[in-house]
Parts: sequence; structure tokens; C-alpha cells
Amino acid sequence: MSQLALDKLRERFGAAILETHSQFGDDTAVVEPSAWKAVCTFLREDPALDFDMPVDLCGVDYPSRATTGRMEVVMHLYSISQKHRIRLKARVGDEDMDGAELDSVTSIWAGMNWLEREVFDMSGVKFLGHPDLRRILMYPEFEGHPLQKTYPAELTQPLVEYRTEEEAGVPLQKQEPFGPDEGMSFGRRGLPRVETDRD
Amino acid sequence: MGDVNRSLTLDGSEQGFATTRVDALLGWARKYSLFAYPFVTACCGMEYMALTSPRYDLARFGAEAPRFSPRQSDLLWVVGTISQRQAPVLKRIYEQMMEPKYVLAFGTCASSGGFYDNYTTVAGIDKVIPTDVYIPGCPPRPEAVMDGLMLLQDRIARNERRPGVVKPRLDPVAEAKALVQIRKSAKDPREVLPAIKTEEARSLVERNGGAK
Repeated sequence: MSQLALDKLRERFGAAILETHSQFGDDTAVVEPSAWKAVCTFLREDPALDFDMPVDLCGVDYPSRATTGRMEVVMHLYSISQKHRIRLKARVGDEDMDGAELDSVTSIWAGMNWLEREVFDMSGVKFLGHPDLRRILMYPEFEGHPLQKTYPAELTQPLVEYRTEEEAGVPLQKQEPFGPDEGMSFGRRGLPRVETDRD
Repeated sequence: MGDVNRSLTLDGSEQGFATTRVDALLGWARKYSLFAYPFVTACCGMEYMALTSPRYDLARFGAEAPRFSPRQSDLLWVVGTISQRQAPVLKRIYEQMMEPKYVLAFGTCASSGGFYDNYTTVAGIDKVIPTDVYIPGCPPRPEAVMDGLMLLQDRIARNERRPGVVKPRLDPVAEAKALVQIRKSAKDPREVLPAIKTEEARSLVERNGGAK
């Protein structure tokens, strides 16, 4: 059973399947981004494969892989009838996330709608042909995509302006046990600040 | 029920009256009639439920009546993590409450953001609205919350708006150090208490009522 989907994919799409492996029994195929939708359509419609359940979609940022596609979009699929799984990956985007685009697969699995919105929101991958590609977790005023490694870890974008001590009229320094590190002695507030482009 | 028109007189030798200041009288009246608006967003809500249910029975402190309209309540319980997206809502709720109004930060997340040190979380509700009492704990035990409520009632009675923090009954850092010390030095479990030697451990034992 294992490898069936990978064999079929290699046979059908040839060079568009960049690499495959089955580490720990998890069948994985890395797909050429241009073939993303065709591969998904095939996986959904082939009766022996019948991947009818979109399990997950997420983005993983590897800034060091800018030449081969920095953002890895990972999709997990399951077949309820055939009881097998597959993991698809597509690597998109250069150093500045230019060309980070994939075809939307919402027409194949309606359940991918919100997952694609989440990947767009968090990682900044655009899904072409998506019916409603808006942010889903962050607010519309938010700038940038927080799960990109280039997003500064300490950057917040408050919707409500924070109070100052003058307008509060009372000291805002935190008392014990919270203290100046906001109760997070293990957090990054105790560490020297990293300079970023936004400074 | 008797004659309602009967005039009230005090029996006994003392035809008494008490003197007080109006603000003290108002403070005393307010502290036992807190109408709560629970703004519950996260896991601390479980402890809030325990607190308001019969085992811990918040009613004993005159603060059990929840009002799910900010216009009818004067104590805002912020129970749980407040995300940046929620901050405008919280501020709006606070602004709709009538004076005098009090805010209680329930748990570490509401007090300081807790371990959510990232793009999505407000690092403490006092960044957005004035806060009267902070209750540390993740989540705090209902006893700690009662400490916080009594602290707030004390502040209300004295008409004082300085923020207060509930003191933890155990300092987790000192406790952990004492445990490490115990494990390093104890060969026999019966030697555990004599083995506490460091300053932190000794002070810990003292604060908890001595070695029993």
C-alpha cells in the first residue's frame, strides 16, 4: 500500500515531482509549484487514491533556502475510503518572498478555504484563485506576516494605543512578582535586543 | 409582619448614633455590592467557575452577582489572555461601565501577558485600561482570587485607587531551589528537613510556618 501514491505521482507527473521519500512511513512528495493544482486534482480524482480529506496546510520558512524557494507550503491529505495519507510540499518565494504564489485548491477541497487564508495570513503565500483571500487570525490593520523568520520577534502592532504613565496618573511599573520583565524571567525581555531593519 | 407604621426606637440605655464620613460610608457600602462583569477569554475561566460555584462561593464576599451588561456592573473581571485584536473590545467594555468602576486582572496573562511574549498578545491589560488588582497564577487558585477580591474590597473601603498585587503564598523560585537542595543532599527521606541549609530554603520554611 505504501508508496502507491508516490509511484503514481512519479509515473504521471515525472519531472514535476522534485523529490519523494517515505521516512518513518510518511509518504512525502515535493512538487513543482506550477504543478500544485494538477497534482492535487489527480490525488483527489484517481479512484485508487481518493484523497478526500484535507487534513492540514501550513507554511514553513527556511530563509537559508532562498534560491530553491524559501517558504515551504506543506499539505497533509488523508483518504477516508483507502485509509492512507500523503504529505505534499511546494517551495515558493525568493529572499523577499517575491513569487510566493500557489494555485488555490479550494475548488478541489472546500475545507482548504480557511487553511489557505491562514497560510496567507501567517506566512504570506498568495493563493491564486482563492475566493476570499483575507487575513483570518490577525486583524486587517496588521502589517507583515508574523511567521516569516524576518518578522521581528518583539514587534507588536497594538490596535489600541498603550497608556502612558502621565495619563494613567499612577506608576505603571509592575510590582513583584511581575517586575520589569513582565513576569517572564525566562523570556526574551532579559536578553539584549537584536537590531532589525525596522529600527 | 406587624405594623409597618410603628416608629423605630432603640431599646436600652443608649439612644445611639454613629458618626462617620460620607466617603467612608459609601466605601463600606460599595465594597459588599460589587456587580461583576466577567470578561472570560481563556483557561482561567475554569477557576472563575470554581470560584463562583458553591465550593468556594464568592457570594460570601458580596461579589457574586454577574451582570452581562457593562452598564449594570462595576467590577470588571478580566479572566484570561487578551489578544491585540480583543484590546479595543475590552477598552470599549470598560468605557461603557458606570463610575465608580473597578478592574481585576485574573491570572498572569491578564496581569502581564504571561508567557505570550509575542506579536499577538497585550502584555497586561493595564496597557489598555486602568487596573486595580493583579492576581498572579497560571491559573491562580480560587484562594488567591479571594485574596485579590478582599484586597480590592479593602482598597474600595479606604477609597484608594493605587494598584495592588496579591502576594503569592509560595515563591516558586525559592521553592524550586529548596527542592533542588533537598534532592542533592538527602540520602534518606527522613533527613530531608535537616538537609535544608540554604538561605532561601530556610526563609521558605519560616514563611510557611516553620519545619513541622
